[in-house]
Amino acid sequence: MPGKLKVKIVAGRHLPVMDRASDLTDAFVEVKFGNTTFKTDVYLKSLNPQWNSEWFKFEVDDEDLQDEPLQITVLDHDTYSANDAIGKVYIDIDPLLYSEAATVISGWFPIYDTIHGIRGEINVVVKVDLFNDLNRFRQSSCGVKFFCTTSIPKCYRAVIIHGFVEELVVNEDPEYQWIDRIRTPRASNEARQRLISLMSGELQRKIGLKVLEMRGNAVVGYLQCFDLEGESGLVVRAIGTACTLDKLSSPAAFLPACNSPSKDMKEIPFNEDPNPNTHSSGPSTPLKNQTYSFSPSKSYSRQSSSSDTDLSLTPKTAPYPQSQGIFLYPSSPSLSCGSLHLKKSCLLLSESSLSPHHSSLVSPVLRKSVSFSDELFLAASGMGSGSAGKEGGPFKALLRQQTQSALEQREFPFFTLTAFPPGFLVHVGGVVSARSVKLLDRIHNPDEPETRDAWWAEIRQEIKSHAKALGCHAVVGYSESTSICEEVCILSASGTAAVLNPRFLQDGTVESCLEQRLEENLPAGCGFCHIPYDELNMPFPAHLTYCYNCRKQKVPDVLFTTIDLPIDATVIGKGCLIQARLCRLKKKAQAEANATAISNLLPFMEYEVHTQLMNKLKLKGMNALFGLRIQITVGENMLMGLASATGVYLAALPLPGGIQIAGKTPNDGSYEQHVSHMQKKINDTIAKNKELYEINPPEISEEIIGSPIPEPRQRSRLLRSQSESSDEVTELDLSHGKKDAFVLEIDDTDAMEDVHSLLTDVPPPSGFYSCNTEIMPGINNWTSEIQMFTSVRVIRLSSLNLTNQALNKNFNDLCENLLKSLYFKLRSMIPCCLCHVNFTVSLPEDELIQVTVTAVAITFDKNQALQTTKTQVEKSLQRASTDNEELLQFPLELCSDSLPSHPFPPAKEHLESASSNSGIPAAQRATSVDYSSFADRCSSWIELIKLKAQTIRRGSIKTTVTVEKASPMNEGNFRNRSAPPCANSTVGVVKMTPLSFIPGAKITKYLGIINMFFIRETTSLREEGGVSGFLHAFVAEVFAMVRAHVAALGGNAVVSYIMKQCVFMENPNKNQAQCLINVSGDAVVFVHESELEVVSSQPPTANCQSSCPGGDVTT
Amino acid sequence: MTNELDIFVGNTTLIDEDVYRLWLDGYSVNDAVALRVRSGILEQTGATAAVLQSDTMDHYRTFHMLERLLHAPPKLLHQLIFQIPPSRQALLIERYYAFDEAFVREVLGKKLSKGTKKDLDDISTKTGITLKSCRRQFDNFKRVFKVVEEMRGSLVDNIQQHFLLSDRLARDYAAIVFFANNRFETGKKKLQYLSFGDFAFCAELMIQNWTLGAVDSQVDDMDVDLDKEFLQDLKELKVLVADKDLLDLHKSLVCTALRGKLGVFSEMEANFKNLSRGLVNVAAKLTHNKDVRDLFVDLVEKFVEPCRSDHWPLNDVRLFLNQYSASVHSLDGFRHQALWDRYMGTLRGCLLRLYHD
Repeated sequence: MPGKLKVKIVAGRHLPVMDRASDLTDAFVEVKFGNTTFKTDVYLKSLNPQWNSEWFKFEVDDEDLQDEPLQITVLDHDTYSANDAIGKVYIDIDPLLYSEAATVISGWFPIYDTIHGIRGEINVVVKVDLFNDLNRFRQSSCGVKFFCTTSIPKCYRAVIIHGFVEELVVNEDPEYQWIDRIRTPRASNEARQRLISLMSGELQRKIGLKVLEMRGNAVVGYLQCFDLEGESGLVVRAIGTACTLDKLSSPAAFLPACNSPSKDMKEIPFNEDPNPNTHSSGPSTPLKNQTYSFSPSKSYSRQSSSSDTDLSLTPKTAPYPQSQGIFLYPSSPSLSCGSLHLKKSCLLLSESSLSPHHSSLVSPVLRKSVSFSDELFLAASGMGSGSAGKEGGPFKALLRQQTQSALEQREFPFFTLTAFPPGFLVHVGGVVSARSVKLLDRIHNPDEPETRDAWWAEIRQEIKSHAKALGCHAVVGYSESTSICEEVCILSASGTAAVLNPRFLQDGTVESCLEQRLEENLPAGCGFCHIPYDELNMPFPAHLTYCYNCRKQKVPDVLFTTIDLPIDATVIGKGCLIQARLCRLKKKAQAEANATAISNLLPFMEYEVHTQLMNKLKLKGMNALFGLRIQITVGENMLMGLASATGVYLAALPLPGGIQIAGKTPNDGSYEQHVSHMQKKINDTIAKNKELYEINPPEISEEIIGSPIPEPRQRSRLLRSQSESSDEVTELDLSHGKKDAFVLEIDDTDAMEDVHSLLTDVPPPSGFYSCNTEIMPGINNWTSEIQMFTSVRVIRLSSLNLTNQALNKNFNDLCENLLKSLYFKLRSMIPCCLCHVNFTVSLPEDELIQVTVTAVAITFDKNQALQTTKTQVEKSLQRASTDNEELLQFPLELCSDSLPSHPFPPAKEHLESASSNSGIPAAQRATSVDYSSFADRCSSWIELIKLKAQTIRRGSIKTTVTVEKASPMNEGNFRNRSAPPCANSTVGVVKMTPLSFIPGAKITKYLGIINMFFIRETTSLREEGGVSGFLHAFVAEVFAMVRAHVAALGGNAVVSYIMKQCVFMENPNKNQAQCLINVSGDAVVFVHESELEVVSSQPPTANCQSSCPGGDVTT
Repeated sequence: MTNELDIFVGNTTLIDEDVYRLWLDGYSVNDAVALRVRSGILEQTGATAAVLQSDTMDHYRTFHMLERLLHAPPKLLHQLIFQIPPSRQALLIERYYAFDEAFVREVLGKKLSKGTKKDLDDISTKTGITLKSCRRQFDNFKRVFKVVEEMRGSLVDNIQQHFLLSDRLARDYAAIVFFANNRFETGKKKLQYLSFGDFAFCAELMIQNWTLGAVDSQVDDMDVDLDKEFLQDLKELKVLVADKDLLDLHKSLVCTALRGKLGVFSEMEANFKNLSRGLVNVAAKLTHNKDVRDLFVDLVEKFVEPCRSDHWPLNDVRLFLNQYSASVHSLDGFRHQALWDRYMGTLRGCLLRLYHD
């Protein structure tokens, strides 16, 4: 009985009139948690009842505390008939379960009814008394913090980044149960809302357990999604990155609140054998034996679980038994290579195991060509396995064997983070993605969601092998998504293959930061661009050049990534949003035939999308994409592809070539003229864009004018042919700066369309910029004026002109018009930038296309924006370093001692002298250099561990001192809490943003995750203003409910806000509509920087000081 | 390709002042778009008509949803659905409750009933204000009237508290409520030259001096109803014109004091008895509800028009009225000095305001 939940119902206001006779309401409240219900008295005849109830106390397990939502129902008392429900409030009490977050939930909550929307408000106070439970076999994971933010939260420091955690929970969808035929829509909606709330609680708890097991104390980049599979059920799944976080300014919080085993944690690294080849199993054994059974069916053998608990990605982990993960890929056995992630072995492995067809989905350039068919087969076979549940037999056994080792997931070296502490990211390989088409079947036993698990495991395995093919041992910026239409489901996963600094993964960031910074001093801001793969065994054809920044390492000509722009990257000019949009018609079909048709279309779609992206990137005169997100949506009779990314010009990468147009029939004079006309237009656009985005690469600026496009005879037709020879490419004289042009061959009307669509993209009006990453490269003087918004559009296609071209045009217009509308609406904020622009496409019906956009507009200071790029770079570097300082608790002691050896010692110069195509010797030298340096790194690293041990000890002794040191932050915190968020207005302002930060402000506290799911239904669509009126009101209500929850937690903003789902269905004939919305984010307290300065400049008063240390816990 | 659904929702509710004005003025979405196009916004922003249409629709929807809250402005402050900065909230309320001079002149003093509402069609045609806007303004009047009608305390304060209006607008509404409650006739042709401001000025003086609230601040309807007792007492003033000696004495006192100071002295001297009779008779008649309604008609007929036809300058009117009311204090036989001051003090202010072309 480890928790007591206390609830007090204070008052209501603005209640609806429930009694027509008196125009009043006799309201009372039911408070329900688990199976216990309390009621308040009936407050007669009032629309503003004052219940002022006693404290209702629930004595519950912490497992329930995590799973169950608090359910508050407001009813109208009726003496003669049944009481009428006014509405409900669901409160997730999870934020009260960690010591650092909120201590009380208190405030006005909108009373929500799924049929009528918000009907008044209720004032509730909720508290939890949690008793520490030291039982290590418990099922709860109280105390693990969750963050949606995909970077290390601002007031924390990452001690260890453990790695990938995932889980999924399955249930029947109440909407499809037999009982749904006899119950009211309201009852059905409420059952669904409650179930999903319950499932996400359970999911979070299970993920928390995994984190505790990994000895972490937090999940960062937590992304939870629902798959509404219709008849076959409801899947709630989540992925995240387990971390051990350390709150800055409160050294006491080193350990997670109620995680007893974690006490040993700190010592483990010191005891472990530093020799990478002999894995020590010593200190970590006690933990390995803790096999929590997540579902009864899974029983782990000791061996398998012990290999599971090994944290992958570190130089010390032993390779996984070769037997694991193989059977998934009978068709491609070469994928089953061991998963040792040493850089050394990686290189070796990639040499030995790389067969050409691995390159398929993988490439920074994403020039998909030869091997696509392989993926296709894989997808097709995957589709077959989807229905394998029915086949039973050996395959099922195989699956069970697969799911048996739930912890095996940790062998996925994936990180959902998109921004990293400085020095974490060593090299970036490129985007890796995998999709598979599955046929949904009924989930027979919700306790064994093994098919779904297996599906994802399969895809993740694929991603991993792709990353490996790129010479990378990890995948960052990783995300997963699904698209479901009837019984077909496309599962997608994508990320960015990367080489990480291994020290971060096991060890504190402190040392590694410093070390890394020193290491990377030479190639400042370009290190991550350097290719991680072996240039002689390139997984795909690519042009390599020497880095334009350091001139020492090789870089690709174009870089695609799913992550945010690293803070220290050197960027020239500004960035811009680049989208590729595509529709493909598909015949209506059933089941297998449908799935096959979709699998056949997928590769073509991917290919087209990448071609478009590449063309548009070149048209903008840029050479890298960040935040790439490709969404493939499946509908009844079409497939849609939408890729969004932020294009930038990385100083380290070569100048992008132009786009060359080639006609097929050169004899025809008029045609030729037409082609040259088009060519001119394209060249003009490129030039204009370069001006617009201020892309003036400093040294080679004269070459822009000099040779934008190579001579016609030099054209090599890259596109739509695989005839490119890499020799030719590498021979290009780099100093001359001439790039191979991208050639568009307009041999048919299709291609003409493509060219036209390239040119129809209108740049945003002056004063506007847009990007889908956190911040706009090249702008850093944000003001605090922000406006988050959601915009939804649905168009109906006329069924007459359903050709691919018409469809493409419609879709393109839809997106372009939507953007234009946004620019118009937000014109008062100019100069401003739309950040984190997130487009989602869905196909709710045959002829309907729905596009949902969520973004934030931030105004910036124009005067400062005109700074030269140099100062911008300096600024960003400064910022990086201040960020770095923030992360450091014991900065100075370490600085002098920890002078690590160079990671890539001077031997690199050999590389430079060697010509790029001189062959094997150079490459071998490169690898051997790397190898030799490894030992150095290890030894220096051990020194650092020792150092850290000292400092930690010192730190714990000096606790009181550090508290004083950190007082300015605490003061800010304190001050903020004592003063209401907004004194003047009656309702405090709550900011919402999809970004992880608030411009001009400092986040002082994270209050917990907000994860809400709402259903709204109407049977009077016309009366509510039609579909637009209905959805407009609903979205506004969702915002209101999010804000109310944040305010009740004591917060004044939501960061990393995301609308994960907006499923809209209408039936105008019946005057009905239904909508489901799922949103999440992190509730935070922020203080404006200006305020903060004032506070910290004041001499701390005695009053303040005394309340600081205890302030976090008691108030 | 048609937009089935098209919405934009900001965390901070976007309010476009220009569109709000068009909405308040009762224009349909299409008319509003046309008006916006004419304002040259497309050229300024480079937007297309479709964008404008979508934007206008969005704003209209928002306003439509806000309208329910605007009916009870304190709700707008406490509601959680729309996050609107306080300054914007104030703007929304103030503009929503603002009214057109032309419209208010049409309904001022009329019963705010369904019957009047039916006449809004005619008012709309007459004034050129859209019917929708007329309805909003009428409903605003009625809503404010209903809320404060039977409320204790200062009328202006009550309005301000319940509708969060600016001081100025609250005073105007006080006048509208006062006129509607007492049904003063303002629509006669004779009164057409008067502006709403003139009436509002008079209303304020009357509320201050002639209502129940002027003597007792703890009564219901204190600022809305005239003090019945006071009106009854006004009959006592009749002696000023009925008693010939008193009238002559009064005249001589006024004439002595004003001789040489008035440009229209001779006209005044000639008209004194008529004017005095008029003013006192107006007072004596106020016991009847019907005559109360005709107060302004009577004042214009009995005082403003005669003076105007003799071309009295405003300053002479002021001097006359001052002297006329002050001289009564010197009439030894007259015992109702306080009553006279309460009546004449207000009336003097009103007449001076009403006296213009």
